[in-house]
This record gives sequence, structure tokens and C-alpha cells, in this order.
Amino acid sequence: MPHDDEQPRAGLSRRGLLGLAAGGGAALALAGGGIGYALGAPRRDADDEDRHAFFGEHQAGITTEVQEHLHFAAFDMMPRSDRRDLIELLQDWSYAASRLTQGLEVSASGATGGGPESPPDDTGEAMGLHAANLTITFGFGPTPFANEDGDRYGIGDRRPAKLERLPAFLGDDLDPAQSGGDLCIQVCADDPQVAVHAIRNLSRIAFGRAKLRWSQLGFGKTSRTSAEQQTPRNLFGFKDGTANILADDRDALDAHVWAGDDDPDWMAGGSYLVARKIAMLIETWDRVRLGEQERIFGRDKAEGAPLSGGTEMTPPKLAGLDVHSHVRLAHPDSNDGVRILRRGFNYVGGNNALGRLDAGLFFLSYQRDPAQFIALQKRLSTDLLVEYIRHVGSGVWAVPPGATSGSYVGAALFA
Amino acid sequence: MTHASRTLSVLALGAIAATALSGCVAKQSTDPAASFTVSSTDSACDVSTGTATSGTLTFEVTNAGDQVTEFYLLAEDGLRIVGEVENIAPAASRTLTVVAQPGDYYTVCKPGMIGDGVGKAAFTVTGDKVAVDGPDAEQKQRAVDLYAAFVKDQVGALVPDVAELVSAYTAGEDERARELFPLARASYERIEPVAEALGDLDPRIDYREVDAVAEGLEWTGFHRIEKDLWQPASDALNSDGETPAWQDWAPSTPEERGEYGDLLTADVQELFDYVHSEEFTTVLADQGIAGISNGAVALLDEVATGKISGEEDWWSHTDLYDFAANVEGSKMAFSLVQELAASKGADGQDLVDEIATGYADLESALAQHGSLQDGFVPFTDLTDGDRRELIDLINALAEPLSQLTATTLS
Repeated sequence: MPHDDEQPRAGLSRRGLLGLAAGGGAALALAGGGIGYALGAPRRDADDEDRHAFFGEHQAGITTEVQEHLHFAAFDMMPRSDRRDLIELLQDWSYAASRLTQGLEVSASGATGGGPESPPDDTGEAMGLHAANLTITFGFGPTPFANEDGDRYGIGDRRPAKLERLPAFLGDDLDPAQSGGDLCIQVCADDPQVAVHAIRNLSRIAFGRAKLRWSQLGFGKTSRTSAEQQTPRNLFGFKDGTANILADDRDALDAHVWAGDDDPDWMAGGSYLVARKIAMLIETWDRVRLGEQERIFGRDKAEGAPLSGGTEMTPPKLAGLDVHSHVRLAHPDSNDGVRILRRGFNYVGGNNALGRLDAGLFFLSYQRDPAQFIALQKRLSTDLLVEYIRHVGSGVWAVPPGATSGSYVGAALFA
Repeated sequence: MTHASRTLSVLALGAIAATALSGCVAKQSTDPAASFTVSSTDSACDVSTGTATSGTLTFEVTNAGDQVTEFYLLAEDGLRIVGEVENIAPAASRTLTVVAQPGDYYTVCKPGMIGDGVGKAAFTVTGDKVAVDGPDAEQKQRAVDLYAAFVKDQVGALVPDVAELVSAYTAGEDERARELFPLARASYERIEPVAEALGDLDPRIDYREVDAVAEGLEWTGFHRIEKDLWQPASDALNSDGETPAWQDWAPSTPEERGEYGDLLTADVQELFDYVHSEEFTTVLADQGIAGISNGAVALLDEVATGKISGEEDWWSHTDLYDFAANVEGSKMAFSLVQELAASKGADGQDLVDEIATGYADLESALAQHGSLQDGFVPFTDLTDGDRRELIDLINALAEPLSQLTATTLS
């Protein structure tokens, strides 16, 4: 079928890692058993229960029941890249993601089926592992829409007005090497090896077109998106995010999470992702007496019940909480009803030079407008918690809708 | 031979190679491919016919279903893949081309990419066995011969360059020796994988102090000379960042300089004798074309692991000279196989184009910091951003380059 560089293309780009393996036009010789690999099997007998569809109205990994592990990565396009590179990268990434999320290897020849003379397409460390509820979610930062060369990707006029670098907040201590990025990939799975395998293979596919800017591993979800899930604890030892937007709350999702009529058409069914790497001053916090810790959060530490009374799920009576407690300041009633869908993870990256744990919360939230996060974050400037945290990384991305079968994430942006 | 003329000889040889190879790009003259159509739906995999005559077969696979599909030609055990096309979107078509020998096969489609597939059917190929090399063989032999000539040329330049360096070093003309040091290494760095394959020769010629200590070897060669010429400060550390530079080390006496100089001269002569031996010719012939393209990859790996960290030339900081020479040697090896790779269909041509772009981008980034002719800035002058730019371009080049061997052999 005819190809037009400006149009979404069927199949793989020839320039990607997968192009050659696909053998579109390459003559494969039969002699001598040089090609001896087994029919592209799943890495392990598939189990429908731990797989999420990649194609669909929305990208998976937003309302999907929060998994146990995270590998988040931000990429910058290479300076030499052009519109075609960006489109082909998204096509190759989408195809790879459509396989990996089903528990398949990154291409049909996979980790061991490509013959002895070429490096395997798949890096192999996920062989034998389930899909583990893997989700792979892609986003566009503000920078590809306007860069130093002007409009290199020909999408400048399609930048959503909402997609702008976040403003400075009180207490920011941001490291540019852990902030921003032209593109992002949020990978979540119940098995950390499956998550790392995905980012590793997607990074490899990107070589020459995009380069890794920064990445973050996370463990121990700090939010829930379904009523069946327990509210997890953060590294301060508290339940947070009790009042998160849940996957079955369609009205709340439409009102607060999915992009609206004021967005460009290509964002219909999409959302906006904010990531904040929030370092916790663990050692200092651990010396705070229990009563003070509970006052700061506004919750009891054992059950997670609001200090205003009741059990964990009892709505807090804000007047009964310290005026600067975290729960009170973050509550929708203190913010004109503003809500966000939180999806954060704990992280520990070893320790720093002072012998302190490099630990904290990798905060992720989805909202229909980054302004929702901005409003909440401004409100939290007087949060009692501020003394114990530092925001060290930041980013905002437009997360387009899910891809239709055989197409790619972000296709409508280039249509 | 001076440094500048040696570089010219590399380029000249490259030009010879290109000319020689383009003269013999004999396209395989086979019968027109037999064509088949395949219609893949959610439950069927209809192939236009189930029999064929051996030779080049082309399957035009159309996805008439709702899910992304794949098409496989399997061997008679029903498992081994003979050829496949993947990622065929609904309503799209893709082509599988294979050279099929006589035998029993199966065709099968895999809509949704998961499971055992649908519509598995027998596919029989009759006729005579097809020769799959042939026209390529002469071209491959020519590439191997040219690579052997290139290696001999480089080692031929290395011998007098080392003699000149050793002469200045043993005479105590340190300033002159410091000028010659990075240039004398260049021809060695262009062919490093050849020497490394020889076991104990590379350790004697090119080991860093920390490597020799770790393996309990006497430390000799280029880097021993380097440390004498760029004497470390009293509180400096070795490249492991831990051991003091002056621990178990002292500047060589004039007598010791004479010994180390003689050793390097002898070792380089041994390398010269080896690459002119029957044994070397046999090794190259055994490795064939894969040896050349794998050599291109190995040289880039040298850059990615050793040179980009500045640990190779720890005292002289002349790593960028080695870097440039590694890249030149890698590109030379690539140039010898590129015509062959480019003859492997559109994918082969695309691969060659991408690799050529990769070399060009890497060269121009490197040129910002100097050249072998005019000298490079010390490695320590590079910023983190400079190094990041170089490593990104190495990654961009090395990924497609790693596919070169398989493509060339296909």
C-alpha cells in the first residue's frame, strides 16, 4: 500500500530496530537451518487476568488498577530528528508496547529467534515472566511543539494551550536533569523486571531518534484507583489519597480527568500528566512525635481515619483539622471542588553523600487541565508537610487518547 | 610515515575499496519470484495455492480481519520459522519474500498476535535445491582481501611510528615524544580487534597499569611510556580512582626506558609478522565477511566503553585521538561490506544509509574538538554535555551497525 510520510503508516517503519526482523522484502535463505526459532510464542502461557489491552479509547495506565511497580522515563528527541523520525518512533513504540503488554516479546523473533548473527530484538530478561498487568502510557511535553529550531515537527499550531511548563512553586528545588522531556513513558507492572524490561527495550528502539533524559524507578503504589484496592502507605507511613478518583466513577473522570471540549481534537480521550519527584527528609520526619505526625497529615496513623472522627472512609470534617494539615489543604472542599487522579509511587535510590536515604514520593497525577494540579500545589504552600519534603523533579505531558488497533499513540496529532 | 600521510592512505584505500566493490555488484539473476496472495481474517488464513517450485517466493499478505495480524511460513516440524511478516494492521498488506528449498512447510496466520494461530495449512515446495550463495562469494572474498590489505597497511605504518616514538623516549626528548605518542597509537587503534584476538600481544602493547596489576603481569607498552612522559603529581591517583599513582611505580631510569622501548618495538614487530603470516590469512578467511563487520562493531564498542570515560589515556588525556582512530577503523571495515549489505533489498539499503548517516554525524561532532591532523583538545576539556552528545551519537550508530553482520550474511 502507498506510504505517505505525513500520514500514519501501517506496519513497522523500516528504520526501526524491528524493521529488518520483519523481513519485508528481505530474502530469507532456507539453507542449513540458519533460521531456527520457534513460532513467536508468548513468554509464558498467557493469562488473560494479568493483561491489559493496549488499544482502546483511552491509554491504559491511567484508570487501570494501580500496579506495584513503576519505571518512568523521559526522553528528548535527538537534535537531528525530524517529523518523520517522531512519527516512526511513535509507531515503533506503539507496536512494541502492543506486544509487551500482552506478555509477548518485543518482536516476533524476540530474544532468541533472530538467528546467531544479529543481536536479539528483545533483550530477554522477561522470558518466562507473565505480562504482570503491564501498562505503557505515552505523553508529549511542551517542548516538541516549539524548540530552538522553531517548529521542527510541524505541530506547533496543535499545542494545547494548557500544555505549558509548570510555574515555580514555593519550596521548589528542581534539578533540570530530573525534569521535563519531549516525551514520557510511564510503565507500570506488578513485576519490577517486567517494567524495567519495557523501558530498556523502548529506549533501545529510540536510539538515534530520541535519547533518555532521565528515568525513575518506583515501588509500592501510594494511591488506589479501585474500591477493592487497599489505600497504600507512603514512606512517611501514612495512608494518603483515600479520596482518589476511582476507575468506575465515570462522572468524576469526565469532569476531572479526560480532556474536554476546550482541547484540540487530537486530545479527545486524553489527559494531562503531572510528575513531581518529591524527596522526603526521612531522618528528620522519623524523629517527629506521633501526635505531631498525625496533626501534620490530619489523619490517624494506624487506620488512616481523619482526626475529625470516624474510620478511614469517613469524609473529614475540615473544621476539625489543623488549618494547615495536609488533608485539609488538599481536600476538594478547600479547593473549589478541584480533584485529580493520583497514581504515585514510593522511591528509594540508595543514599546521598550525607548518608541519608535518597527516598520520597514519585507523585503522578492525571487531570483534564494542569491548572488543577497548579491550584492544589499553590494551596499546599502552607502545608505543614512542606518542612519535610523537597520537590526535586517536575514535568508535564499531554497524554493522547489510546490508539486504535494497528495505529499508534498520537496518530491524530499528525493527521 | 608521518601521521598525515597515513590518514590519507586510509582514505585512499577506502576509495579503492568502494571502486573495486561497485565494479562487482552482480545482482543475483534468478527467475522472477513466484507470487502468492494470503488473506488473513480472524479465523482463516487463505493462501492462493498450497504448492510451489523452489526458488524465490513472494507472499502478499492482506489483513482482512479486525486485529493486527502476522503471517508465518513454518518448517515441516511446524515450529521452526522459515519466514514471517508481522504488524500487519487491519486492511493493510505486507510482503514476505523467502528463498524456499524443496520440502514440506506450513503456512499460518496469527491475528491478535497471540496463540497458536489460525488456518494452519500444508505448503509443499518441489523442484531442485537452490544455490543461495554464488554471485556473492567473489564479492565477499574481495572484501576480505581488502580488509587484510588495510590491516597490513596500518601495521606497516605502526612500525616506523613506534620506532620514532621510542627513539625520542629513550633519548629523553620528552617534549617530542609527547607529540608523537597519540599519533603513534592511531594506526594501532584502527585495527585494535586484530591485535586483541592474539591473546597476550595486546596486553603487552596496550594494557593500562590497573589492568596489568589486576592480572599480575609486568606492565609494559604504550601506557608505561605514557606515564613516564606525563609524570603524575605526587598525590595523583591511578585510573581506578583509588590507588596512589606512585604506589609501586617510579619514573623509568634511562636504562629502563631503553628496555621498555625495545619491548614495544619487538611487540609491534611481532604484530607486523603476524599480519603478514599465512596464519592471519587463514583466520581472516575463516571469519569471512562476518569478521569484518563484527570488527566494525567491536571498534565502536571500544569507543563506548573505554574512550568515552577518559580512562584509556589517563595521564596524557589524548583519548580523543584513540576515539577518532577507532571510528576511522570501524568506518573502513563498514565501507568494505556496505555494497554487499546494500544489495540485500530495500532493508539492506536503508540500513547502509542509516549507518552512513551515523558515521557522518559522529565525525562532525568529534570534529568540534579537533582532528588527528591538527590535534585534539585534552579529553578533560570536554564537558558532560560534550560527552553526552558523543555517546548519544555512538548509540545512534551502534544500533544499526549491530545489524550489519546478519544483513550482510543474509
